[in-house]
Amino acid sequence: MLVTDADPAVPVALDGASVAIGGRPILREVDLMVRTGDFVTLLGPNGSGKSTLVRAVTGLLPVVGGTLRLFGTPVEDFHDWQRLGFVPQRSTATGGVPATVREVVASGRVGRRRLLRPSGADDRRAVEAAIEVVGLGDRASYGVSQLSGGQQQRVLIARALAGEPELLVLDEPTAGVDLPNQQALADALGRLKARGATIVLVAHEIGPMMPLIDRTVVMRDGRVAYDGPPLTQEVASHTHHPHDHDLPGGHDHAPHVASPFDWERRTRP
Amino acid sequence: MSFLDLFSLSFMQRALVAALLTGLAAPAIGTFIVQRRLALLGDGIGHVAVTGVALGLLTGASPTWTAVVVAVLGAVLMEVIRERGHTNGDVALALLFYGGLAGGVLITGLAGQGAATLQAYLFGSLNSISPSDVWFTAALAIVVLVVTLGLSPQLFAVASDPEFARVAGLRVRAYNMLIAVLAAVSITVAMRTVGLLLVSALMVVPVATSQQLARSFRATLLGAMGVGCLAAVGGLVVSAALSFHASVAPGPTIVLLALAMFTATWPLGAWIRHRSRLMAPFPEVTATPHRTTADHDHAHGPECGHPGVPHGDHVDYVHDGHRHAVHGEHYDEH
Repeated sequence: MLVTDADPAVPVALDGASVAIGGRPILREVDLMVRTGDFVTLLGPNGSGKSTLVRAVTGLLPVVGGTLRLFGTPVEDFHDWQRLGFVPQRSTATGGVPATVREVVASGRVGRRRLLRPSGADDRRAVEAAIEVVGLGDRASYGVSQLSGGQQQRVLIARALAGEPELLVLDEPTAGVDLPNQQALADALGRLKARGATIVLVAHEIGPMMPLIDRTVVMRDGRVAYDGPPLTQEVASHTHHPHDHDLPGGHDHAPHVASPFDWERRTRP
Repeated sequence: MSFLDLFSLSFMQRALVAALLTGLAAPAIGTFIVQRRLALLGDGIGHVAVTGVALGLLTGASPTWTAVVVAVLGAVLMEVIRERGHTNGDVALALLFYGGLAGGVLITGLAGQGAATLQAYLFGSLNSISPSDVWFTAALAIVVLVVTLGLSPQLFAVASDPEFARVAGLRVRAYNMLIAVLAAVSITVAMRTVGLLLVSALMVVPVATSQQLARSFRATLLGAMGVGCLAAVGGLVVSAALSFHASVAPGPTIVLLALAMFTATWPLGAWIRHRSRLMAPFPEVTATPHRTTADHDHAHGPECGHPGVPHGDHVDYVHDGHRHAVHGEHYDEH
């Protein structure tokens, strides 16, 4: 059977999609299809557009050219956001006020909860199951700030899982995480994969995730440079192009504005 | 007139009701503001509201109403600048703070009112609360409490990670606006008791006090409301008691009482945090060479006074930079 972009069984379909930040094109004519049950990693140097791609797929950045379909629906008309779980790129799960692991994970249910209703048995079951999957069952009532960085990343993954998504998008969950915690993370993702979840993972280090990966997409300068069987980070950095060293302090796609009252439209309306 | 007679005065009763509601509402919304790491947002809105009060004095309209309108507009403007204005949001906010305060003082002067009139709004005043004010304050405080507590799962998600909340399908911009508007409303609620320049303290200090001891968000929120209530009502009573000897505005006594509660809980919180760091289990790593201690005539045990820290399947006793684990007749260095 021919799979088309509009097939509701295809979680992510990008067709000639372009994304701009501050008027500067970042992603240019990207074609990418992620099918149900795929475990896809996005690799590429800093500034290659991996995170921008993830932010477009999660609806945080608008697509200015081409089309993006989520589960067969154009992203402008897509409202079933609870089908998508997102693990943003951040180093900690803490805020200005203490919160327990269970509270942070429970906030992942907001997409499914009705306004002004107390949480139901379904909510509580999903939260406990998500904490169990990432292996923090014995830490559920700990304060998040008491956990190590790697454990906090697992809390963020559990938060996304609490919403019971069909598609899980992770933006660099392994950044700055030690090897035992990367292994715990890989175990959690392995359990999800076994259940048939579709996973898109942006990573700098593949490490223990390698056996789980079905497909690797390498981004370079806003375009897809490779899309095929799994590659390791080392191979990916040397594919087609010489290794480009990251600029110190990271790479800004668009220069920041200098005056407090200047701004760019950078979010979808 | 004795101290207890004060409580039979109708203006004192009105002030107590206003203080009680303020003490509940301000820390409730304050917890979400602290969670967003915008502890000084309340201060900014308070400054802007000074212009609102002055406009009321100038036009003859009720200063409470004009303060609500201007504070809400100021809060919305700050939120827009903060959301869109990239990195220099704090400079934009500062411009708004000073504009609000300077505008307020200037317009009060133009209205032919002196600093004394404005003072009642800047630092609170016991006897400026009219019966209609107290109803108005009560209604606004109840709206703030119902909305804040009713929407707390959504507000928590938005305040702790706006990107995640947006991908989950929440209208983050609307919720952020709601937090700013609720903050503006609770500031005008608190204006009569604490005063505009000190109101932010009642949003932040009870939260800081409560999180010394609380580990969960829920406990912090409820604890902050308790501390806020005690501080607001207690501070008002102290200020009334002092009024026999000197004229003291209730704002400073409320804030100082809240700070005293923070000072009292901080050492306890610091000790608990120190203890939990000390007792965090040691990581299990593959075996290191077996090293025994030199002659050690001290007998370690649960009662020996040295912290016993879990390490894999046994306990290490920590003292003087050593980790001693029981091994048969002697101790191992771990």
